[in-house]
Amino acid sequence: MTDMPLSAPGAAIGRSGRVALAIRGLRHQGGPILAVVAVLLALWYLACIPMNAQQSVLLAERAGAVVTPATAAERRDMGGLALTFANPGPATSSAFAQDRPRLPAPHQVAVELWNTTIGQSITSKRSLVWHAGVTLAPTLLGFLIGSVLGTLLAIGIVHSRVMDLSVMPWAIASQTIPILAIAPMIIVVLNSIGIQGLLPKAIISAYLSFFPVTVGMVKGLRAPAPSDLDLMRTWNASGLRTLVSLRLPASLPYLFASLKVAVAASLVGAIVGELPTGATAGLGARLLAGSYYGQTVQIWSALFGAAIVAAGLVAVIALTQRAVLSRMGLTR
Amino acid sequence: MTTISAQSLDLTFHTGDGPVQALSDITLDVAEGEFVSFIGPSGCGKTTFLRCVAALETPTGGTLTVKGMTPDEARKARAYGYVFQAAGLYPWRTIGKNITLPLEIMGYSKSERQERMRRVLKLVELEKFANKYPWQLSGGMQQRASIARALSFDAEILLMDEPFGALDEIVRDRLNEELLALWKRTNKTTLFVTHSIPEAVYLSTKIVVMSPRPGRIADVIDSPLPRDRPLDIRDTPEFLAVAHRVREGLREGMEAA
Repeated sequence: MTDMPLSAPGAAIGRSGRVALAIRGLRHQGGPILAVVAVLLALWYLACIPMNAQQSVLLAERAGAVVTPATAAERRDMGGLALTFANPGPATSSAFAQDRPRLPAPHQVAVELWNTTIGQSITSKRSLVWHAGVTLAPTLLGFLIGSVLGTLLAIGIVHSRVMDLSVMPWAIASQTIPILAIAPMIIVVLNSIGIQGLLPKAIISAYLSFFPVTVGMVKGLRAPAPSDLDLMRTWNASGLRTLVSLRLPASLPYLFASLKVAVAASLVGAIVGELPTGATAGLGARLLAGSYYGQTVQIWSALFGAAIVAAGLVAVIALTQRAVLSRMGLTR
Repeated sequence: MTTISAQSLDLTFHTGDGPVQALSDITLDVAEGEFVSFIGPSGCGKTTFLRCVAALETPTGGTLTVKGMTPDEARKARAYGYVFQAAGLYPWRTIGKNITLPLEIMGYSKSERQERMRRVLKLVELEKFANKYPWQLSGGMQQRASIARALSFDAEILLMDEPFGALDEIVRDRLNEELLALWKRTNKTTLFVTHSIPEAVYLSTKIVVMSPRPGRIADVIDSPLPRDRPLDIRDTPEFLAVAHRVREGLREGMEAA
């Protein structure tokens, strides 16, 4: 095998060959992806100019430039776009470098992200990584509770007509209530019976994440064909056996799709759960503090922090999905 | 000895469009070791009858016994193996594990499961494919694996619902030959649903011709063909005479409906 020439059939197939193929695939898609990102960044920079025009023009006036209209009172009623066209020079001069811009420029957010992650010790309260960690704990706990609860509900719904008719409408209704309205109530009620800290936030996460799992798993547990179920019946298999050997394996592709939605919903739940408590730690607290003090750069970097965490969580599930399904022979 | 006995069996489905009589006055005895084919157009109740024997449907009238028991008792006693039109192999299990699944459910020991799996795979000539996944096999091989699974727990009755219906003619001929050999070796009482006249005549010791609306028996033909049947028996006058009688039965059934 070792002296097999590289040109032999199948010579490069294997783990390294597959990695090479993946990289080649990425290179093919790399161009278009970069182009889309570049367009988005350009639009973002462009939007910064009118959004920050009031402040830019004011700063230019203070520095001695001649601007129109001359007084701040007159300018206040003007739109950002009109002001930009009236003062193209002053409006663009400091659009991307203000301390408290209405819309921070991408590089400002990037610098803030860098300073609050790489530039800080992880244990520091100024570290976004530390804040993300504070939010991650209830996210994961809530995701776990929500997924287990969602799966159990789906199993009940599939096996009991009564549950099918009675639970599903409530599950749907639960998701029509704005989480912002119900989160403070959950916190207050749990606090009154002495439960504080991680669990209330996790329960809000679970409240958001059980639903996609229930919906997906009901569909997944019902995925086996009637003849597959008949086959189990001809073997006189018990309901539990049918669940374990047929319904659950058949539902796995559905489960992973649901889990991806659920984990993102969990993160939103944990962030929202931090808002009503006036928490001082967590991504939600960073958002809240940023909006109190007009620190838009901090808000945006917290938002990006949350997005990066969500992307990471979804990626972990996607990798697990690939590993599990290929182990089960469900991917070719 | 009579293995399956139906006396004036009736089955009416209640659908949104009103009642549909799927089976009407079916009286039939199947002796031990017989190979009985059910042939007829769609809606003649041949599959429904098979499902009644398997206790997957419940007749609304008449009596039906399987090995002297009610169909449901027979099902719980694992008296039959059922082969569906779709192979019905679970895609997340290898061929070997698909075959050991019913054995696992029935509580066979691990060594016994392995031993039986090897034996039935050898019977259908798939012994090299135990560790392959179903998608790695052709349609004909999947169906053979499905038959092996139905044979694995030594049920005395084999119920087959158009097992080769989705396969091409060439594969079908080979599987028919193999099935016949298998039947001769195991001597299992076999009920076989089909759309194909040559298939029914070639395989069966008894052919039940059915007609639709309501589903009923139009003719029962005891085949005069010998048990040893090479494929070219299909060109003999005896074979053609039986095929002719089946065709007549089907035509009369359609005209009466």
